[in-house]
Amino acid sequence: MSGETAREAVGDYRYGFHDPENATIRFDKGLSEQVVRDISELKNEPEWMTEIRVKAYNRFMEMPMPKWGNCNMLDQIDFDSITYFLRSSKGTENDWDDVPDDIKNTFDRLGIPDAEQKWLGGVTAQYESEAVYHSIRDDLEEQGVIFLDMDSGLKEYPEIVKKYFCSVVPASDNKFSALNTAVWSGGSFLYIPKGVHVEMPVQAYFRINAKNMGQFERTMIIADEGSSIHYVEGCTAPTYSTESLHSAVVELIAMDGAKIRYSTVQNWSANVYNLVTKRGVAHANATIEWVDGNIGSKLTMKYPSVLLKGEGAHAEVISVAYAGKGQHQDAGAKVHHLAPNTTSNILSKSISKNGGRSSYRGMLQVTPKASGCRSKIVCDALMLDADSQSDTYPTMEVGNASADLEHEASVSKVSNDQLFYLMSRGHSEVEAMGLIVNGFFEPFTRELPMEYAVELNRLLELEMEGAIG
Amino acid sequence: MGDEVLSIDDLYVSVEGTEIIKGLSLTINIGEIHAIMGRNGAGKSTLANVIMGHPSYEITSGSVKFKGTPLEEMEVFERARAGMFLSFQYPSSIPGVQVGTFLRKSVSAVRGDTAPSARDFRKELKSHMEALSMDRSFLSRYVNDGFSGGEKKRLEILQMLLLNPTLALLDETDSGLDIDALRVVSDGINSVAPNAGCLLITHYQRLLEHVKPDFVHVMIDGRIVKTGDATLAGKLEAKGYDWLEA
Repeated sequence: MSGETAREAVGDYRYGFHDPENATIRFDKGLSEQVVRDISELKNEPEWMTEIRVKAYNRFMEMPMPKWGNCNMLDQIDFDSITYFLRSSKGTENDWDDVPDDIKNTFDRLGIPDAEQKWLGGVTAQYESEAVYHSIRDDLEEQGVIFLDMDSGLKEYPEIVKKYFCSVVPASDNKFSALNTAVWSGGSFLYIPKGVHVEMPVQAYFRINAKNMGQFERTMIIADEGSSIHYVEGCTAPTYSTESLHSAVVELIAMDGAKIRYSTVQNWSANVYNLVTKRGVAHANATIEWVDGNIGSKLTMKYPSVLLKGEGAHAEVISVAYAGKGQHQDAGAKVHHLAPNTTSNILSKSISKNGGRSSYRGMLQVTPKASGCRSKIVCDALMLDADSQSDTYPTMEVGNASADLEHEASVSKVSNDQLFYLMSRGHSEVEAMGLIVNGFFEPFTRELPMEYAVELNRLLELEMEGAIG
Repeated sequence: MGDEVLSIDDLYVSVEGTEIIKGLSLTINIGEIHAIMGRNGAGKSTLANVIMGHPSYEITSGSVKFKGTPLEEMEVFERARAGMFLSFQYPSSIPGVQVGTFLRKSVSAVRGDTAPSARDFRKELKSHMEALSMDRSFLSRYVNDGFSGGEKKRLEILQMLLLNPTLALLDETDSGLDIDALRVVSDGINSVAPNAGCLLITHYQRLLEHVKPDFVHVMIDGRIVKTGDATLAGKLEAKGYDWLEA
């Protein structure tokens, strides 16, 4: 690849760099029952977990590809060319100085140790298949908060993991949840004891470095009665000409009166398939909030979901999607009102540019016994040019007539008058577009920790460069 | 000549193939206030927009120069950075962008190296907002989003004061203002006027009771048909435009 073509491929994506691959253990490409068993054995897992994995593997092999999203792109995934497990360091360290230099440098460049010192309550940093660094503030640990990478969680708290694993997202939920359950590795395990409010966010950062890598982290967050937590995750990968696969499963359990906020800024390089199943169960008067930003990846299919299982539970899903050249963001939200007097708000905003496509796919369900429910859904799409595409696929199943439902949708374009107005105030066309785009995402951005909001705005401004032609 | 900020020479302008301005010439020097009056559809707003560089307007013949530089060589944002300002008749809303952020970014874009420090900017902003009787809560609202007509006009004038232009184009800034708003807006214009060339576009005389023009031009069908001093505005108010038509 000549210098110029390489730059074209990388574009403005700032995280497209990669390190040399110094694997300590790397499985051969491709998937088989043996690969699944080998992963489990390597991790010294209890037999019940091995069984769950093998069963899930069989389900994965049987299940068809999803018939929604982008079937053409899905069919291009070559499961045999993917590396399903790659260990890049000896273990999970709790001191950055013990993390191998090149990996530590990567996370330095991503600003993680810096953020940790300034505003985080805990950090887990995953590189390829496993966490390379993990820490939690002493005061949180003293209050009984458990924050571990998922592999350690299984080792140290097998009874909790056994109780909740696949309880929210069954392996057979969809082909990719089956795949994750078969080959999962890494992710976060988080337990917040009764009544404990974790004031500072805890963060997980997922980095893929190797080519044709498959990353399958598994995250489980259990907020016990009356507790609260804000979990933040970020993800990036190098830009390669071949595809990688990121297929995570996240399960949240909010007990009575608990509150979980889960914020994501997904900024994968444009060669990553991002096929993720995220779902939470909210018990009585509990709140689950998904704040979900999708900026990168080739294809994202992700619909953060909430099962409102207890009376008075509340769900909030705020998501944005940005689809540039060659990208398809198929994102949305699913909320199931299973109990009386449950409420939900869904706000989805998407931007399509340079032929990119963004789709909103939503499901709102109200079961017959769920009386007195309220839900509001707002979907706004902004098109930056005529080549781009935006579509919505909302589904509503309402089994209780007392439900109070609102649904608004809009599609808009950046008008010449808006651009002219901003340019008449000294902003170049690119800067003007950046302002409009940042403004459009503002209802999302303001929900993020400030540091993330600033970074996201900068990212979007960068994306606008080269957008004007 | 050194004081000349705007010179328009035999200008013809079309919008989507329709000729709107048909041979207009005008020169504005620093410290001068020019008013352009005329009926709706005479081409007044077109003139303001074409000077600022709206992409829908096409100059088919003639020239417009800002301080001697032909405007066709300058992008819209370069015109702003060079010291041109248009107060819009219908300013666009920019949802999600807070007024405070917008003002700070615009000031730093336009004034560049000479932009005030964050502290001085806040001071400047505060004093201008007080002068315009604008509440601080304005700053956290989204630009023009859900603003009343009067609020939009105040925000335009606030921007003009902060950006401190050498050429101020004010397009129907007086329309939709009550008498108190008209007074504060006029005060704003008067404070910029001594160091700038001002072009006021209006079809009412009432703004001109507060802002004294040096020249009043009457525009009919894309041309300036008569130029006079401030008394011409009074005459128009009394007699209308018919007597000027051929």
